[in-house]
Amino acid sequence: MSLVLDLVSWTMLLGGVFLGVSGAVGLFRFPDFYTRLHAAGVTDTLCAALILGGLMVQAGWSLVSIKLAFILLFLWYTSPTASHALAKAALRAGLGPRLAEKENPPSKS
Amino acid sequence: MFAAACLGILVVMALALVRASLPGNVYDRILAINMFGTKTVLFIAAYGFLTERPDFLDIALTYALINFIGIIAVLKLVERVAGTASPETDE
Repeated sequence: MSLVLDLVSWTMLLGGVFLGVSGAVGLFRFPDFYTRLHAAGVTDTLCAALILGGLMVQAGWSLVSIKLAFILLFLWYTSPTASHALAKAALRAGLGPRLAEKENPPSKS
Repeated sequence: MFAAACLGILVVMALALVRASLPGNVYDRILAINMFGTKTVLFIAAYGFLTERPDFLDIALTYALINFIGIIAVLKLVERVAGTASPETDE
């Protein structure tokens, strides 16, 4: 039984780390601020969920996993709010998103 | 197992820091620091598990609170300052 738990938490931890690394690479490669904001947003929520979930599986039913659940809930509430505040501040300061170059005028299609 | 998670999170934190030090407008840097703060929370939690010290989770929770407040404070500061200097559209 503990082997199954170890396996589950191992895959969750690795999945979380993979999402974090992909988000961080996305932070470099994406062309525009708002796309980078999306890349960072992805890592904040799902990567945190997977890593903290993996730790919760390891901790079992105890006070430790309740604390982990509180951390996860708090991260889920605050990181989208912080991303929204960041996007709003950038938009209001005049940092427009990079739009596609209009080769041909927008046709009726 | 936790050591691998800690190492992975450290890599992500290093990438976020490198991103913050690259030249770019101020909002990219705030974004990178925000990501760095969130990953620090995860790193503290994972490291607490690595060294079997459950009291690290309280530190992680506190750090998550402070990180959020810090990001909002920096945004308010930049928003007031940005009224004068308009950031270049994009590098």
